[in-house]
Amino acid sequence: MQKSMTTYSPWNRFFNRNRGILIGGLAVFVIVLFFYIWIPMETVAVLNATVRISTPLVLGALCGLMGERAAVINIGIEGQMLMSAFIAFLFNVWTGNLPLSILAGVLTGALLGLLLAFMAVTLKIDQIIGGTVINILAVGLTGYFYSTGLTAKGGLGPIIIPVLSDIPLIGPVLFKNPPITYAAIILVFVIHYVLFYTRWGLRTRAVGEHPRAADTVGINVYKMRYVNVILGGSLAGLAGAFLTLEAIGSFERLMTNGRGFIALACMIFGRWTPLGSWGAALFFALFTALATQISFMFGETVNIPHQVWGILPYLFTILVLAGVGKRVRSPAADGVPYTKE
Amino acid sequence: MTNDAIALEVRNITKRFPGVLANDRVNFDLRKGEIHALLGENGAGKTTLMNIIYGLYTPNEGEFFISNGEGLQQVQIRSPHDAIRAGIGMVHQHFMLVPVFSVAENIILGQEITRGPSLDLRTARQKITQLSEEYGLEVDPDAIVEDLPVGVQQRVEIIKALYRNAHILVLDEPTAVLTPQEVENLFRVMRQLTQRGVSIIFITHKLKEVLAVADRITAMRRGQVVGTTTPAESDEHKLASMMVGREVILTVEKAPAKVGDVVLEVKDLNIVDERGVEVVRQVGFQVCAGEILGIAGVQGNGQTELVESLTGLRERKSGQVVLGGKEIPELNPRLNVEAGQAHIPEDRHKHGLVLAYSIADNEVLCTYYQPPFARGLQRDQKAVMNNAVKLIERFDIRTPSPNLPASNLSGGNQQKVIVARELSRPIKLLIANQPTRGLDVGSIEYIHRQIVDMRDRGIAVLLVSAELDEITSLSDRIAVMYHGQIVATVDPDKITRAELGLLMAGSSLPTQ
Repeated sequence: MQKSMTTYSPWNRFFNRNRGILIGGLAVFVIVLFFYIWIPMETVAVLNATVRISTPLVLGALCGLMGERAAVINIGIEGQMLMSAFIAFLFNVWTGNLPLSILAGVLTGALLGLLLAFMAVTLKIDQIIGGTVINILAVGLTGYFYSTGLTAKGGLGPIIIPVLSDIPLIGPVLFKNPPITYAAIILVFVIHYVLFYTRWGLRTRAVGEHPRAADTVGINVYKMRYVNVILGGSLAGLAGAFLTLEAIGSFERLMTNGRGFIALACMIFGRWTPLGSWGAALFFALFTALATQISFMFGETVNIPHQVWGILPYLFTILVLAGVGKRVRSPAADGVPYTKE
Repeated sequence: MTNDAIALEVRNITKRFPGVLANDRVNFDLRKGEIHALLGENGAGKTTLMNIIYGLYTPNEGEFFISNGEGLQQVQIRSPHDAIRAGIGMVHQHFMLVPVFSVAENIILGQEITRGPSLDLRTARQKITQLSEEYGLEVDPDAIVEDLPVGVQQRVEIIKALYRNAHILVLDEPTAVLTPQEVENLFRVMRQLTQRGVSIIFITHKLKEVLAVADRITAMRRGQVVGTTTPAESDEHKLASMMVGREVILTVEKAPAKVGDVVLEVKDLNIVDERGVEVVRQVGFQVCAGEILGIAGVQGNGQTELVESLTGLRERKSGQVVLGGKEIPELNPRLNVEAGQAHIPEDRHKHGLVLAYSIADNEVLCTYYQPPFARGLQRDQKAVMNNAVKLIERFDIRTPSPNLPASNLSGGNQQKVIVARELSRPIKLLIANQPTRGLDVGSIEYIHRQIVDMRDRGIAVLLVSAELDEITSLSDRIAVMYHGQIVATVDPDKITRAELGLLMAGSSLPTQ
């Protein structure tokens, strides 16, 4: 319809829309390449850590955004992760069957998603309170039932993808990962596609923006919300399974350590989009990895307590959120229960 | 154009809500290709009936018939889904569009075209363009809905119904949000649709519109159908008394103005809005005690910003406002109130009421900090209640209790709450912005009476309205606003509607 656009090609449009991201990406690549040539070992270590740290965050952010796109705020991600981590760990202790343990974690997350959906959609409880209920529930139950001395029977090891893993720099970072890490990356793209290019996604977003409009064209608002929150919960469950089966290999009390909330921050920073959330999670993870690496390398010579380095990623998150927060717009009906007339 | 074939008929529809009989054995039929106006005051049961027809409510009793080409067939409509399948489309008063979606996404929502698992927006766009050409409804399928003017959004709603193969279209108060030009446009579209075999139910309470566009008119009152007539057999007075159930005074009777001293003086006012656009330019006028100055103009020509600035809600770029001989600084609503200014705002939900507060609390929003409502740091709840009881009686606010939240009242009663609060104080100036928007005939009559009474008691009135009838019948002088400027000040007795319309559209009068 716009006839004034003369040089109109998909590539131009793509470049214009994503100029910032493309230039930023190029800059990051150049910097990484520079460090790789200078100190290859440390660079690969930092990037590996980045991918590892980002995995539960991106899964948590995907969980959050699936709920919020359908207008259910989920601040219970932390609790869903913690509980799922515990259950996955227990299954691993009892059976040693890793796929079964993952499934147990995922189902636990889904079940807590169902609980949240029931509170938020059917009972119309304030969603922040509903999420807090889940967080407290998870801390209480896992703390009560956890006993020291349980040992896991093995953990998920890396799956090395032939040929691709031999590429310098990229190979060891992207193609020598354990399964849940691969799954998280694939899920980012799958959910992006589902949300923006399918019928389900269109309906989910409509329910999150203007539920009555969706209702009047025959869309079942309650069903959309239930399914999205439950599927989201299963992703938080996967993140929990990642913690006990893949990253750490055992369970500790409060081991999620705020990841669920950082995941929510990633979701906001990523403007409620899967790709954006992934970028935000990588950003946060990179600074965490850098902080660790720096304190590891210079901790002996420079006398700065390691806690100071540990502050950095959170500080950056706060700064970024304060800068971004003003410009982003959450789904219009976010957090508002829907009542059919 | 109209033949007598019936497209839709409902018989003996009854719908009870707790404590209310919203529809009482209603019979209604719609012929093919006709525009059938459904007339009634707010709360008469029009919207309830339409929500039943569209499947949003299930009636307690009643039967439903739809023509399927051969004859009438009884159907069950239990959800919007059923209604859509039966070929019924509805354009709601508050649009059911997702603001951040594109036109195409909004139209296909719920009946998406897909290719494999993906949405097929390309085919959707083609189908929309085809529909918009066929029915003369121009839209850009890729435009984002929130960027579109209200009139175009309405067009999107109509296409949305046509996309679902609707041949019966329900338009719920479609003109309430439109400018006079957009209304004309809508009527043209409605006639085009009927020529292509679409039957239209047109819900409204505006008598002129009904007479201008309808083929048949059915009036409802208190949940019952009062009667059906045609424009040829009736006039505004007949329709109004059918609707209200008594004689209604449509023209406001008022004595000649006894003009006193200048109360409000505005000098060289300039306003720049958030986008940096000059929305009010060099506006200056005076309003004297005992007169009504009407500001006419199509919506969006700076009236909203002008009023917001006068009432202390918006920054001025330059200019002076003098109220009762005292200069009023900008952005100080309380000072305005204390200087004797009353304000009936354009958006009663946003600026007129705290919807979650009780009626009693809403009635003291301007005075809660003064005696008798405040005693030191404490509120005097008794005084607040007494005040509310007094005002409810005096201004005829229909409510079971002063403790009811304002959100539970009908639009007309909400407006009465505001009017009661503003006019019960000692005031010198009344600024009324669109005071009767969305109200029914009875309430409009009441509000107009109050405004004229204020004038007769020596209060200066600034009336802003996009309704030509309201402006011409109430005002003693009319200032026409166009593109942020006052382009003319005229005497309502010496100007025709057509001339006023021309001024509002930005052209100058040929005779001057």
